[in-house]
Amino acid sequence: MRRYISIFFFGAFMCMLSFFLMSQSKKPGLAAQNKNLPRASLERGKKEYAEQCLSCHQVDGGGVQNMNPPLTKTKWVLGDKTKLVQVVLKGMKGETEINGDIYHNVMAPHSDLTDQQIADVLTYVRNSFGNKASAVTPAQVKSVRAVTK
Amino acid sequence: MKKFSFWLLQLAIGICSFSFSACAGDTTRVGDKPGIGTGADKESLQLPAGFGAVIFAEGLGQARHLAVTSNGDVYVKLQRLKDKKGIYRLHDSNGDGKADEMTGFGNYIGTGMAIKNGYLYASSDEEVFRYKLNADNKVMNPDKPEKIVTGLLRRGEHEAKAITLDNSGNLYVNIGAYSNACQVEDRSKGSPGMKPCPILDSAGGIWQFRADKLNQSYGEGIRYATGLRNVVGLDWNTATNTLFVMMHGRDQLHDLFPDLYDTKLSAELPAECLYELHKGSNCGWPYIYYDQIQHKKILAPEFGGDGKKTAGEDAQDPVYAFPGHIAPNGLLFYTGNQFPEKYRQGAFVAFHGSWNRAPEPQKGFFVAFVPFRNGKPSGEWEIFADNFAGSPEMAASGRANHRPCGLAQGPDGSLYVSDDAKGTIWKIFYKGK
Repeated sequence: MRRYISIFFFGAFMCMLSFFLMSQSKKPGLAAQNKNLPRASLERGKKEYAEQCLSCHQVDGGGVQNMNPPLTKTKWVLGDKTKLVQVVLKGMKGETEINGDIYHNVMAPHSDLTDQQIADVLTYVRNSFGNKASAVTPAQVKSVRAVTK
Repeated sequence: MKKFSFWLLQLAIGICSFSFSACAGDTTRVGDKPGIGTGADKESLQLPAGFGAVIFAEGLGQARHLAVTSNGDVYVKLQRLKDKKGIYRLHDSNGDGKADEMTGFGNYIGTGMAIKNGYLYASSDEEVFRYKLNADNKVMNPDKPEKIVTGLLRRGEHEAKAITLDNSGNLYVNIGAYSNACQVEDRSKGSPGMKPCPILDSAGGIWQFRADKLNQSYGEGIRYATGLRNVVGLDWNTATNTLFVMMHGRDQLHDLFPDLYDTKLSAELPAECLYELHKGSNCGWPYIYYDQIQHKKILAPEFGGDGKKTAGEDAQDPVYAFPGHIAPNGLLFYTGNQFPEKYRQGAFVAFHGSWNRAPEPQKGFFVAFVPFRNGKPSGEWEIFADNFAGSPEMAASGRANHRPCGLAQGPDGSLYVSDDAKGTIWKIFYKGK
C-alpha cells in the first residue's frame, strides 16, 4: 500500500512538472522569431488571427481533420504570397487536397479586412506554428486586391 | 538541455498516466493486457466499474459506422480507402477477442453500415448499396451490390449519408444540409439567412426509401423529417418503434455575431439535440436553434434573432439536449441483456469531439449514455466510455488520438465502438462486479 502511495505522490509531482514544462514549451512564440520581421505587425496579426481564423484553424494552426485545412507545413501558406492573399480575399470552396488529406469546409471571403490587417495576419501565420517565411506587406496585399475579383 | 527536458516530459507523461490509473478507484483501465491489442497501443479506455474492453481491430484508418452479424463478425465502412477497399469484414477465428481475418471489398468511401434481413447495407456519400449475406453472414457478391438509392446531393459539407432501417421494410437516409445556417454566403459574417431556406427541398433532413427497391432517388423517396442540419448518429428504437436522431447543431455563433455571443457562450451553444422523429417532423433548422441553458428554441441570429427571442412554434422540441459542438456521430439504443438493468433500452451516443469550441478547450471524444424508461429519457446523461483522446490535454487541444464515430451491438450484448482517426474498434463488455 505504501508503495502505491509513494508512486502516486511521485506521479503527481511528475504531472505538475510536466505541466510546468509544457507551459514553458508553449511560450517561445513571437520573441523567438526572425528579427527582420516587423514586430508590431506580428503582434497585430496575432490578435487578428484570434478574431478571424482561430475558430476554424485552431489555436495551434493545425486545422480540423476532413474539415478545415492546417496552416502548417503547407505550400498554401509558405508558398506564393499572391495565392495566399487571394484565399483570404476570396475565401475557399469545395474539396481541397493538402498533403494527401481532403478538406471540405467553406472559408468565407475576408475582403472586408484592410490591406494592413491582411498583411498582419498573414505575416503572423507565416511565422507561427513552426512556420518561417517572409513577411507580407500591405503594398503586396493592395496589388493583389487590385487584380482580384 | 532542450533534449533533456523533452525526455523528462515524456517520462512525466508516462508516469502521469500510470498514477492516474493507480488511483482511479471506480474506473476500469483496459487495453494493455498481454494478448489484447498489439502491445504497441498502450492507450486505454475509462469505463464504469464492472466493464472491460478489448481492441477488436485497429489500423483501419477512417472507420465510420459498423454493424455486427449474428455470429459476431464486424462489418465496418471506411471514409478513406484502405488498400483500395472501403468496407472490411473482420472475423475473430480463434476466439481471442481480436479480429484475425480482414476481408476488404467495395471501392467507395462512405459512412453508413447496417445489417437487416440478410443484407448488408452500405452508403457512399451519394448512394446506398446492399449486399446479400449467406448463412455464414459473408457477402455473396462483393463486387455486385444492388444499388438501392442513388443521386443524393453531396456538396462538400455534411456529406455523410448515415443510414438505419426499421422493421417494416424502410430505409432512412440522412441528407445533411450543405450549409451552416442557410446564409446567402455560407459562414460569412453579415450574410443574411435565406427564408425559405432553399436547401430544405433536397437536404437538411431524413429521407425514407424502401429497403428492397432498386435505383430510388428523390422522386421515389419521402422527405420523412426536415429542419435537421446534419445527422450522423441515428437509430430505430424498437421499444418505441420510432426513429431517433442526433443532430449536429450549428457552428460559429461568435464568429458571425460577436456582439451577441462571446466565445464562452459560443462554445456551449447551441445544444447537440436528440430528436424522436415521425413522418412530417420538423426540427427547425436553420431558423432556430435549441438553447440548453434557457431550455428554449431561439431564433437564429441570421433570421433576426438576438440570443433571446424565441421562435419555431412549428418545430418540435428535442427529447434530450447535450452541450454544444461535441459532435454526435453514433447513436444506439441498447437492446441486449449483457449490460446491467440501468442500460437496457437506454441510448449510447458516440461523441466525435468538438472543434467549434475554440478558443475554449475542446470537448467530446467519449461515448455518453442516457437512461430511458417507457420511451423517454429517465435520467441525466453521463460519460460511459472516456479517454479516446488519450489524455485530458489532448481532448482539450482537439489533437485526439482516437475519435469515436460508430456504435454497434454484438449478438452477446457487447458494445462495439469505431474510431475514425486511426481506425481502432473496441468491444466493450460487462464483466460483473
